[in-house]
Amino acid sequence: MSLHGRDVISIRDLSREEIEEILTSARKMVPFAEGKKAMHPLEDQIVAMAFFEPSTRTRLSFESAVQRLGGSCITIADAAASSMRKGESLYDTIRMLSGYAEAIVIRHPNEGSARLAARASDRPVINAGDGAGQHPTQTLLDLATMQEAFDTLTGLRVVLLGDLKYGRTVHSLAHALALFGSEIVLSSPPSLGLPDEVLERLEHMGGKVSTEPDLHKAVRESDVLYVTRIQKERFPDESEYRKVAGSYRIDASVLRDAKPRLIVMHPLPRAGEIAPEVDDTPHAAYFRQAFLAVPVRMALLNAVLGAAKRGG
Amino acid sequence: MVRELKITPIKNGTVIDHIASGLALDVLRIINVQSLDKDSTVSVAIRVRSGKLGWKDIVKVENMELSPRKVNAIALITPQATISIIRDFKVQEKRSVDLPDRIVGILRCPNPNCITNQPEPVESEFEVTERRPVILTCAYCDRRVESFLNHLA
Repeated sequence: MSLHGRDVISIRDLSREEIEEILTSARKMVPFAEGKKAMHPLEDQIVAMAFFEPSTRTRLSFESAVQRLGGSCITIADAAASSMRKGESLYDTIRMLSGYAEAIVIRHPNEGSARLAARASDRPVINAGDGAGQHPTQTLLDLATMQEAFDTLTGLRVVLLGDLKYGRTVHSLAHALALFGSEIVLSSPPSLGLPDEVLERLEHMGGKVSTEPDLHKAVRESDVLYVTRIQKERFPDESEYRKVAGSYRIDASVLRDAKPRLIVMHPLPRAGEIAPEVDDTPHAAYFRQAFLAVPVRMALLNAVLGAAKRGG
Repeated sequence: MVRELKITPIKNGTVIDHIASGLALDVLRIINVQSLDKDSTVSVAIRVRSGKLGWKDIVKVENMELSPRKVNAIALITPQATISIIRDFKVQEKRSVDLPDRIVGILRCPNPNCITNQPEPVESEFEVTERRPVILTCAYCDRRVESFLNHLA
């Protein structure tokens, strides 16, 4: 596969064909991710998890993916415990790490940090979230969830709900949906709309994008409702956060007029945006989405590292 | 015809002509005139009649030739400017400024959370994504920049 040895920093680094290859591979990885079958393409290989920002799902699913592929991990799970606290630059930290592992997975609070890491490292770097910037593997697992539910990524009507301004997952996802020819419906509080530059990029790609602030209207006739959390940590001003916190909530009444096959997705963690009563409906796809993180990250790691076994 | 001489000729140095009217002081900022030799005369003409532009500014600096990086910075703010190298009162070389595909180290990224604004051993870097009007995109964080004066490093 052409991804071998490559950095994956933004979803825009991947062509439609490469995304399709990863998703096809991810489907085959499901029984391995569930532990029902075993494979060891990363045997004797080490992947460094450089997490300079708190993460549960992303780090653990990457670690699980590496171990399910027969590899092992070394981990920085807390920036405060790393030598960056002593003033070491990210550049130096990554340069050093690239001598300890065959690949580096990085999460960092500053936008552009993953690109910097890719320049510092002579090993492949995978971006697991850089501030409000990119989070390409989240997009891949979002696409895998939609594809599993509908068997296609073309012609779907996808509502992106919530914080479309600071939410990094929706920027990457919107790009991928436009790439595959699905329709995007934006629904957000007025102050949290999609940034103009993202919108212009989608229009430049010929993406079908519309805006529907009324949640009930947006949900009707849609196939996917992608809900995001309003992330307090991304707001430069807490008063701006308080104005919009709790401004939407998905419950049975919102879903009453939805298509029977509508799926509700959320990158998690949720903070009250989806009522627990939705969990037991056939619409709830967010826990499946969280599980698919493992086979999708296995597929990506296998593509980037699989053929690079020592001596191979 | 009587020629009106508003700025005296220089023996050796650089003339930056056809600067968009009103931007001469920004060009001086880019040149960093304070760093020049004390005996280098700097002449500035603001709002000079120009056949091509209507009005233009001119900057003449004695005993200085511009580095490629400073030429790129001038190209960013006033792309129609021309640069003449003067030696012994004669124009040795005259050229337009030319915007390269990548701009390195000249601008600060306007995104305060960009990694290039942190204490890292890295220079800012932008791709020229559009030329008319000029739009730059940060090579690290993807932030678009459309006005450059406030972000000169």
